[in-house]
Amino acid sequence: MLTIDNLTAEVAGKPILKGLSLTLNAGEIHAIMGPNGAGKSTLAYTLGGRPGYEVTGGTATLEGADLLAMEPHERAAAGLFLGFQYPVEIPGVSNVQFLREALNSQRTARGEAPLSAADFLRLAREKAALLGLDMEMLKRPVNVGFSGGEKKRAEMVQMGILDPRVAILDETDSGLDIDALKTVGVGINAIMRAPDKAVLLITHYQRLLDYVQPDAVHILADGRIVKSGGPELAVALEREGYAEVLA
Amino acid sequence: MTALALPTRKDEAWRYSDLTALARVWPPSEPERIVVGPGETLSRALLQDAAPGDVAVRDLIVEIGAGGAFAMHLLDMGGALGRVTFDVTLHEGARFDLKAALLGAGSQTLELVTKVRHVEPGGVSRQTVRAIAADTATTSYLGQVAVARDAQQTDAEQSFKAMLLDRGASANAKPELEIFADDVKCAHGATVGELDKAALFYLASRGLDPAGARALLLQAFIAGLFDDMADADAHARFEQAARARLETMA
Repeated sequence: MLTIDNLTAEVAGKPILKGLSLTLNAGEIHAIMGPNGAGKSTLAYTLGGRPGYEVTGGTATLEGADLLAMEPHERAAAGLFLGFQYPVEIPGVSNVQFLREALNSQRTARGEAPLSAADFLRLAREKAALLGLDMEMLKRPVNVGFSGGEKKRAEMVQMGILDPRVAILDETDSGLDIDALKTVGVGINAIMRAPDKAVLLITHYQRLLDYVQPDAVHILADGRIVKSGGPELAVALEREGYAEVLA
Repeated sequence: MTALALPTRKDEAWRYSDLTALARVWPPSEPERIVVGPGETLSRALLQDAAPGDVAVRDLIVEIGAGGAFAMHLLDMGGALGRVTFDVTLHEGARFDLKAALLGAGSQTLELVTKVRHVEPGGVSRQTVRAIAADTATTSYLGQVAVARDAQQTDAEQSFKAMLLDRGASANAKPELEIFADDVKCAHGATVGELDKAALFYLASRGLDPAGARALLLQAFIAGLFDDMADADAHARFEQAARARLETMA
């Protein structure tokens, strides 16, 4: 579904990704773990198309389509969702307005009819309930005044509403208490655990993987995948640390 | 009656103006006078949406009696030159609220010039001005606050924020305080910025195209300015006009 081949990318002239290859098949959830500075967030931003993240070589395709040739909003319409480590606050724009415009913009790009206000609200209410987010929160400005946990729940609600094919979740577990972590785990499973979907979970710690069982675990170090394995790899990492496992 | 001489740019209140455009309508018509009686409350809304190329100059002189309140909402977005001036006098315990948006594109010049005179004690004035300039448009806010010697416990605030969308666009802010009383609060703040790139990417990553993302952030920039308008129809008209304008600018 998502195929990354020998991807190299740099930020401000500094090479960060140094030949990264990864294949994510439909129905799979993969975890990418790695020490600070390994290039985890750079991988997420590069796949999302963030300005300033310069691809210098390699390919990335989403269901066969050249992801790297698309603008960020086109990648979203093609079915890519990027969960942010630090979701941006947008004062003055309600979540409901933002998400309805975003969803309808995607639908229009795919040649689908836009959702009416009533249909959208029904969908939003359903996804908010799934993630245990008060519907009132969705009427408030995007992420403004949200705690760290609420921001991540809101990201998951956004994912539920936008219904992507592939989600890349960048440290979605950072800053969460154990209840919020559980909710996010349940949300990822409910929204993305499907035969026609796939998830790339970028995480620093193993604890989210207690709630979302990955099909594969990869270790990213110095811009490359240096080791891949099953869920047991994450457990080994937690117990022994990166230095030991990579030695 | 002798003809009034056309101002020059040496005149502070006209420093950033478009005098060529101004000459077409000079001399200006008489200022409009608004009197708010003691204890009275009055609100006004002005939507300046003159046709492209037109020149719109409006001067308002407002007198607010003791304990009175005047709330003004302004959306200044039309014409080659759109200039609105306020000369406001506050008597004891009076209140003046001004919420204004200047939305300029092309080669427009949009100006808001205020003189707020606190002449007696206990007056409150609040001026909130947001400006968005695209292309080579010029937006200016010249805000003077004068506090007389007797006007103790005056509480005056001015907030100006501008957003520049293109390299040739400009925003001028000139708060000016003349304070002759010693027990007063006078605050002013001014910022000039650009659209937040991190926010633009966040919106794009959710599927909004670049114009849609910009329009949403511009709407956010002026959000809330008109929320407290007393007249619901006027409020709807302002929101609609601002939204349509921002969509063409984004």
